[in-house]
Amino acid sequence: MDIIDRRPNPHGKNLENRRRVLTRARQAVIKAVRDAVDSGTLRETGHGEAVTIPADSLHEPAFHEVFTSGKRDIVLPGNKEFSVGDRLKRPDGKGGGGGGSGSGASGEGGGGSEDNFRFVLTRDEFLDLFFEDLELPDLVKRDILDTETVSPMRTGISTDGSPSQIDLARSMRQSMARRIGLKRPKSQAVRELEAEIEALEASGEAPERLAAVRAEVVEARRRQARIPWVDPVDLRYRRFTPTPKPSARAVMFCMMDVSGSMTESMKDLAKRFFLLLHVFLERRYKRVELVFIRHTEAAEEVDEKTFFTDPRTGGTIVSSALEELIRIQHERYPASSWNIYAAQASDGDNYGGDTARAVGLLENDILPLVQHFAYIEVAPSGAVIRGETDLWRGYEPLAGRSEQMAMRRVSDRREIFPVFRDLFGKRPVSGLGAG
Amino acid sequence: MDSGSSPLLYSGTAWDFGTLRRAYDAIERIAETELGLDVYPNRIEVITSEQMLDVYTAHGMPITYRHWSYGKHFLQHENEYKKGYSNLAYEVVINANPCISYLMEGNTATMQALVIAHAAFGHNHFFKNNHLFRQWTDATSILDYLEFARGFISRCEDQHGVAAVERVLDAAHALSRNGVHRHGGKQRSLNLQSEEQRERERREYDQKVYNDLWRTVPSGKASIGADGVAERRRRLGLPEENLLYFLEKTSPVLKSWERELIRIVRLIAQYFYPQPQAKVMNEGCATWVHHQIMTRLHETGQIDDAAFLECIHSTSSVIQQHGFEHVGPNLNPYALGYAMMSDIARACTDPSAEDRRWFPDFAGNGDAIGTLKHAWANYRDESFILQFLSPAVIRRFRLFRLLDDTAESSLLVDAIHDEDGYREIRRSLARSFDPGLSTPDIQVLDVDLSGDRRLLLEHRTKPGQLLHAKDAAATMRYLASLWGYEVRLQEVDMATDNILAVHSAGP
Repeated sequence: MDIIDRRPNPHGKNLENRRRVLTRARQAVIKAVRDAVDSGTLRETGHGEAVTIPADSLHEPAFHEVFTSGKRDIVLPGNKEFSVGDRLKRPDGKGGGGGGSGSGASGEGGGGSEDNFRFVLTRDEFLDLFFEDLELPDLVKRDILDTETVSPMRTGISTDGSPSQIDLARSMRQSMARRIGLKRPKSQAVRELEAEIEALEASGEAPERLAAVRAEVVEARRRQARIPWVDPVDLRYRRFTPTPKPSARAVMFCMMDVSGSMTESMKDLAKRFFLLLHVFLERRYKRVELVFIRHTEAAEEVDEKTFFTDPRTGGTIVSSALEELIRIQHERYPASSWNIYAAQASDGDNYGGDTARAVGLLENDILPLVQHFAYIEVAPSGAVIRGETDLWRGYEPLAGRSEQMAMRRVSDRREIFPVFRDLFGKRPVSGLGAG
Repeated sequence: MDSGSSPLLYSGTAWDFGTLRRAYDAIERIAETELGLDVYPNRIEVITSEQMLDVYTAHGMPITYRHWSYGKHFLQHENEYKKGYSNLAYEVVINANPCISYLMEGNTATMQALVIAHAAFGHNHFFKNNHLFRQWTDATSILDYLEFARGFISRCEDQHGVAAVERVLDAAHALSRNGVHRHGGKQRSLNLQSEEQRERERREYDQKVYNDLWRTVPSGKASIGADGVAERRRRLGLPEENLLYFLEKTSPVLKSWERELIRIVRLIAQYFYPQPQAKVMNEGCATWVHHQIMTRLHETGQIDDAAFLECIHSTSSVIQQHGFEHVGPNLNPYALGYAMMSDIARACTDPSAEDRRWFPDFAGNGDAIGTLKHAWANYRDESFILQFLSPAVIRRFRLFRLLDDTAESSLLVDAIHDEDGYREIRRSLARSFDPGLSTPDIQVLDVDLSGDRRLLLEHRTKPGQLLHAKDAAATMRYLASLWGYEVRLQEVDMATDNILAVHSAGP
């Protein structure tokens, strides 16, 4: 008899088979991935998605019989109350319909009864499927984007490291805690005992006390020798982790009109677009920050949940959001170290007279800073082509002049993805599609 | 054996390789001296849960070629396991010589001992002695053959491309249930040297395969008349129920490496053919054996009470039998198998009057182990139940029989566990284990070689039991792709020879 420990054997024997499953069910998986995107939040999407695909795409057919009519015997366990001659109601889904119409799906292990197939994609698989043929516009960030530079950054403490990185204060705190914990006699206490011995020796009184104190001193010194003042386990080092330099990070500004004229479904459209952009940027940059700016007459920065769910009433002044963007960008995201992306969603309404100001801000202050500015005009679902809106008319010449600016109209969920592909498609494709 | 004199093999739940070896030795002593089991040499492999999932994927084959269907099974098992729907088996055992038992690293010491008794002795004895396994599988060469198959398929992928290989394998997998010889006589044992040599020869004499076919084309004068048809069918070995064998030997379009792929799928299907036919017996045998062995270990003081209670707990959860209302498979093969084995043992040593009436040939013969070993060697589930299912077990399981007549609006209870029903129930239950019923009877009838080379198949069945139409259509497309010309499948009523349905597919 042999006993063999197979645990160290190479794992992941089935990775190749798993990859083949994905290849085989590619169309179904791609569809499932897009559906998954539809129902996720911006930050979570793409972090290892579980997708469900229909079982047919991986069905393995074979010849098998299906019982639809006729007679058959079934032996079952667990009779509690039946006796011969009892008649039982036919359970649903078993056997053909009464009178032999035979339409019921019967038969054990029938081919159609397989469950849908669910599996978890890794982040890379997910994004690869999702962004098969998309490419980020203008990836070159002023000479430095391609070369990813790293610099060490403080990331807490560790128990080993180079001597030059010892954190003295922390190490000594550890050492003290250990000494207290192990009850190391304090030098002060030992000195007091020695003083007492001297005093007792000098006085010659209480010889038994003298002996006890002497023993105590010996013991204390022994303990002191055994428990070091500073032990290697006390040492703490400052830890540094190589962190990508700011050039590999991006900030994404999401701006949305939340005034009364924007309905829930329109916001939902906008959300999908933002979500796509975020997932897309995350793939390109080590770190992507999100800034949500909502506006009515005035703009404010909010968190994601508020952004999408909290309705506001009021008029619409688009330039307020652009100003807020410029303010936040100046404060927190200097253009020298951040890649800046901005996406604006609106129904196109604006307070009369503000459009010119918004266009001015965009052209002079924002476009020179950003990698890309996308304007999505959402219309209520099913709306027919309507006249150009105020904002659209204002932005249109800009989009013609500036490479960073792109604008599209969307009125239905289904259009989001094509529009996105259109905006970020590979160069030749977008060259054809832009117009 | 003197009880109580042996020291404990282990205590607590932790184990190491020394524990495994001590437990194995103690179990082997009981298995060989007291139960007289006859087993292949054992090999015990300790694996992780992830590796166990890998083993599952390939239906317990330790080595597999690459194919997406294994990835699919892997994902299914992984999902179920991660969601907690199913536990992994504590062991998987491979019918090979040496017999390989996989133990999960997460098992407790008691579970490892139990699993060794169950797999390395119970299943192992069954594999080595049951006539089905002896007749249909060659335990000594399966591992080498699988290794050869994997190497061959991966070479084919390099040479001809993954897609080309996948095309043939997909088609062969779809037909694999109809790719076994169900009746003896034609099978040859797996022999690695001859397989490799045959594969080489086949490549070298590529054309010869075609010649084989062409020689069967009737010459001018024989081409007409019933004699010609009979002669052609004789030469092609028709009718043939093993579709893969037929395609491998006679398909006009396959290249030699494609024939080899089909052969690989066919031989592996053949290797697994006996397993489902003896599931109840195999599990019953292994469970009964492990229970005997663990009980003896406890009686002789080699395991403590805690370990023995864990054993009992584990065994009883394995042999749990739900009532018919419970969702899921109706009869638990472990439960039925164990109950029947225990009942046979009881009837041998402590028979009731009923047992003497029902089983005059062994009731009260006092030789439980001999009787069981005889049963393990010579029966399969169908015949075993027909022969050995006793009224006591029928009563215990409270079995009853339903007549499902689709002309009626309700189901009829027509037999229960009483004097009138025992034999009826036993016969019906045995029939439900008939392997012939689980696979449709499909045969190749004829090939129109002088005409358009259309392949004609026949499915003999009853009205109301036709093939699943959508699956049949898909499978026919696979069949046509391997045959290269049109294929046509008639579903024929066994009683009247009326054609009930026709499926056909072009290449």
